[in-house]
Amino acid sequence: MLSYALRRIAGIVPTLLLIVTLSFAIIRLAPGGPFDQEQPLAAPVRANLERLYGLDQPLPVQYLRYLGALLHGDFGPSLRQRDFTVRELIGQGLPLSATLGVGAIALALLTGIPAGILAAVWRSPRTDLSLAALTALAIALPNFVVGPLLALVFGVWLRWLPVAGWEGGAPRYLVLPLLTLALPVAAYLARLMRGSLLEVLRAPFVRAARGRGLGGPRVLLRHALRPALLPVVSYLGPAIAFIVTGSLVVEAVFALPGTGRFLVQGAIDRDYPLVMGMVVVYGALTLALNLLADLAYGWLDPGARHD
Amino acid sequence: MPSTLASAERPGGALPAVLNLARLGVTFDTPRGPVVAAEDVTLSVAPGECLGVVGESGAGKSQVFLAVMGLLAANGRASGSARFQETELLAATPAALDRVRGAGIGMVFQDPMTSLTPHLTVGDQLTEVLLRHAPLGAAAARERALTLLERVQLTDPAERLGQYPHELSGGMRQRVMIALALASNPPLLIADEPTTSLDVTVQAQILALLAALKREREMALILITHDLGAVAGLADRVAVMRQGRVIEVGTAARVLKTPQDPYTRRLVLDARRLDGTADSPKATPARQAADAAREPVVLAVTDLSVDFGVGRGWFGAQARLAALSRVSLELRAGESLGIVGESGCGKSTLARAALQLLRTTSGRVVWLGRAPAQLPAAELRSLRRDLQLIFQDPLGSLDPRMTVEEIVAEPLRVHERALDVRSRRAAVLATLAHVGLTAELAGRYPHELSGGECQRVGIARAVVLGPKLLVCDEPLSALDLPTQQQIVTLLAALRAASQMALLFISHNLGLVQQLCVRVLVLYLGRMMELAPAAALYAAPRHPYSRELLAALPSVDPDIQSARLKAVRSGEPPSPLAPPSGCVYRTRCPQARPVCAERVPAWEEPAAGEGIACHRWRELS
Amino acid sequence: MTERAAAARGRWSDAARRLKGNPLVVAALAVLAAVTVLAVAAPLLTPWGYDSLDWRHLAQPPARVAAHWFGTDRLGRDLFVRTLSGVRLSLLISVLASAVSLVIGVLWGAVAGFAGGRTDGWMMRFVDVLYSLPYLFVVIILTSLFPSNNIAVLLLALGAVGWLTTARIVRAQTLALKRREFIEAARASGVAPGAILLRHVVPNVLGPVVVYATLIVPQMILSESFLSFLGLGVQEPRASLGNLIYVGAQELESAPWMLLLPAAFLVALLLSLNLLGDGLRDAFDPRER
Repeated sequence: MLSYALRRIAGIVPTLLLIVTLSFAIIRLAPGGPFDQEQPLAAPVRANLERLYGLDQPLPVQYLRYLGALLHGDFGPSLRQRDFTVRELIGQGLPLSATLGVGAIALALLTGIPAGILAAVWRSPRTDLSLAALTALAIALPNFVVGPLLALVFGVWLRWLPVAGWEGGAPRYLVLPLLTLALPVAAYLARLMRGSLLEVLRAPFVRAARGRGLGGPRVLLRHALRPALLPVVSYLGPAIAFIVTGSLVVEAVFALPGTGRFLVQGAIDRDYPLVMGMVVVYGALTLALNLLADLAYGWLDPGARHD
Repeated sequence: MPSTLASAERPGGALPAVLNLARLGVTFDTPRGPVVAAEDVTLSVAPGECLGVVGESGAGKSQVFLAVMGLLAANGRASGSARFQETELLAATPAALDRVRGAGIGMVFQDPMTSLTPHLTVGDQLTEVLLRHAPLGAAAARERALTLLERVQLTDPAERLGQYPHELSGGMRQRVMIALALASNPPLLIADEPTTSLDVTVQAQILALLAALKREREMALILITHDLGAVAGLADRVAVMRQGRVIEVGTAARVLKTPQDPYTRRLVLDARRLDGTADSPKATPARQAADAAREPVVLAVTDLSVDFGVGRGWFGAQARLAALSRVSLELRAGESLGIVGESGCGKSTLARAALQLLRTTSGRVVWLGRAPAQLPAAELRSLRRDLQLIFQDPLGSLDPRMTVEEIVAEPLRVHERALDVRSRRAAVLATLAHVGLTAELAGRYPHELSGGECQRVGIARAVVLGPKLLVCDEPLSALDLPTQQQIVTLLAALRAASQMALLFISHNLGLVQQLCVRVLVLYLGRMMELAPAAALYAAPRHPYSRELLAALPSVDPDIQSARLKAVRSGEPPSPLAPPSGCVYRTRCPQARPVCAERVPAWEEPAAGEGIACHRWRELS
Repeated sequence: MTERAAAARGRWSDAARRLKGNPLVVAALAVLAAVTVLAVAAPLLTPWGYDSLDWRHLAQPPARVAAHWFGTDRLGRDLFVRTLSGVRLSLLISVLASAVSLVIGVLWGAVAGFAGGRTDGWMMRFVDVLYSLPYLFVVIILTSLFPSNNIAVLLLALGAVGWLTTARIVRAQTLALKRREFIEAARASGVAPGAILLRHVVPNVLGPVVVYATLIVPQMILSESFLSFLGLGVQEPRASLGNLIYVGAQELESAPWMLLLPAAFLVALLLSLNLLGDGLRDAFDPRER
């Protein structure tokens, strides 16, 4: 197991490096340099600024400086929001976004997986149909539709929860956003879990375990569950990506001051350091979470560790 | 060996039956309506007795006993009665059924790879069963588990406890399954096809093990199989099933020596042809030895070796696996050569290397006088029309998206471009008729055909151009016994009708002897013995050939029980770490120190014969 | 024997038969057809253009008045024509983007899978890197790189990223196929590699690709709406379901119809396309035979 984990961790480094290189390339080579503003600058001013930001150095040197800066957590200055560095901006919003993301994943796992297990165990034609319909609906509804709808029902009509905002960070402002983010993932997990468990329950080794008189619940939990979880764990990678992108929308709909708005606004403003800083952070986060999912997979399936 | 408890055909019986089935039926609800898998099955098993249940696959044998254990699929329904000791199983509550399963009836399932839980170690699965049916402490359970593994003749039991199923070989897994079924000392053991996916020597070991266990524990045993040879040495009584019904039942001696039902008679006859005894048919040479020597050499393989890189270390370092080591053979037109050996001996590798379908490490291959390794790709491809191959998996070797006609026509499209559509079609239909397929099947897709029909299509595709050499890579192992026999007959007929040379690869010696005049025995990729089939079967020189022949199951109960008594234990060594000197020495009863020091040289006592053994002269 | 003779020939007719028997699929097809017809016919059914302003009816709920069947938005634009124009645009963009990504994906995956070795390694490493970023981020990066946000750029961005999954799927299929014995049989028969690829590999890979194609389209619709919602996709005054929903979400408390109607159409499209795709996938599943 240890060698498997080390191999997986080592595999991340090249990808991370590539993301960072991509980030550097886009920042430096994109059209519209950092100082092409509304009015052109006078040449000496421009030269000074370039020297200040190290833009007069040859590209490989700039690249190494960029790498070095990244290792210190320095993503450079924001081009549009002149008073802030990218790091400060991201730092402002990251705790909230992280809470949202991790919370949504946890919520989806804690509701989706048990729902799938129960649906497989309590099978009947009626539950099959209603579950299929419910999950299809939950998966097909985009979160930028679900969010406002939930806000409409629970915020406007029922007045149970706030429609949007983040006054003082009280938990009730997170309820609707978390629900919106987690719902499609939970539904997909439930469907996946149910299908996978049903298939495993038909497997010869489950029948053999029952044939040894081990009893229903034990066979289910000890023999059937672990292999059935494999496709679910494989889905965690895409699920994480889904939640990360979904958080952009959810933060917009519910007016939450997370990091999502920086990515979008940065793209609109052509604020490349901000955009790429976000990409590096999110990329690293996604890779780390995917690593956890991979490790979980290796633990579940001893055969995969020889990969 | 028949036990004293069941010497007569059985009305009444001396002791109350352990298991009593009365008019048992199994039906499945499918979208196309109910399908009857078994009906009106009435059988009984006495304590200490072994009942063999035989029949072709699909006869319903397994389903009957799955129903008894309450393990039918969700859409299956059982009717009738199944009494185990005092309990009526078909009406039992789930809790009562759980008590019977494991402690009352142990079941060994068909495919050990898929019947063991992949993510739990052997030790975990064993102790789990032990603890379920008896109040033991963890340490005591582990002790019992070790004892069980030793009893089923598993090497290094302590190490096996911590291993996962995928780390064990097929034979080892089957032993673990048996241990699991025996864990709580059940009075009845049901073994469903326990030897099917195993090598012939391991099959013999497992059967011998079951026989010994039955004797020691006075345990009743139900052996379900399609292989008559497997029941011959073990069963006291035999029941024959066909299409869900029991068509004949009686003592093993009576049913196997003097079968009454015509279907049973045919089964026994087919099985007799394969057991290597005197009256099984042998292949005859196409022409006399003197003339044969003048025929052109179709295939010449000299000192062929094939290595594979396996696994990948941190810096790309790989272990080398010698799949084939210095193999030589020569095949002339009209000849037939069989290649036998257990799994992992390199037979398939040899087939593919000889046809240049994979890269060889050293040695030479010559086709019809030309060296394919030095030809440009296009010329090599055009030569291929004369050397064809048929495969092990009948369905898998056919493109699922092409009709039978398209499949058989493809070689014509590649090599006989000048043919127009009509002539091509005519050629295809003629070939189909040759292999025993009706023209109606030409428009079908592979998934609509049976296994035997698929294999015939594969053969048709191979022979449509009239090749000079046909290589057959285990073409029969996926087929039923009667179908195997049909295909063998077809191949023999094809060979007789043309000058086609045949290279037949199989682990089934019984089949090989019907088709091949000479046989080459391989072990771990090295040649052991080459001899005319008749000589090999009558008087094998090499100790390994002797072991293979001794492991052949015979349908005659007396011969088979004697064979089972003589079975030796021992696992084949890993190909990654072959023994020094003669690779067979770890299993050889005749091994001496010299066998570990030097690799035996290939000696040729006569033309067309060969042997690699230090001691063969003293041993004959 | 006769039973088999009477059975359908080949996978396609078999699948078509099963599709027709599936009520969900039939319903989905019906909804899809209805929405498409409505979207195409919309300009003929209404006097309003998608950006014409009706000063007399600002933010009006759906009514028969002045042919504003879906009501109007704050600027007095008719929501019926805007919604259906958005449907048209979404369908157009997503179908085109799907086609682009399918072509690239199939070619990439088939070549990588068939070539194997280092070519395969490099090609798929490229895919893996792009894959490790949430794909929308890549789209956002791409759209921000171009000076103007026009539809062509959007198409390119969507298509350029959507092919990744297709490539992976096709490559996995090709790899599995390469090991199948009938490919080896073709080699043993002397068939040239190019012919093997065309005659044996591609037809066997197409099945899953067709199924996947129907599932890509709703994903593209979703992505495009997503981008438009965020302001990076289709820009005002052009209407896309995404930006219509964005505006609707703002007006949630006072004018819910501005959200509900475009949302309903989006959901109907996505749901029916997903059901159709699921149905196709089940119909082609060999285990259901």
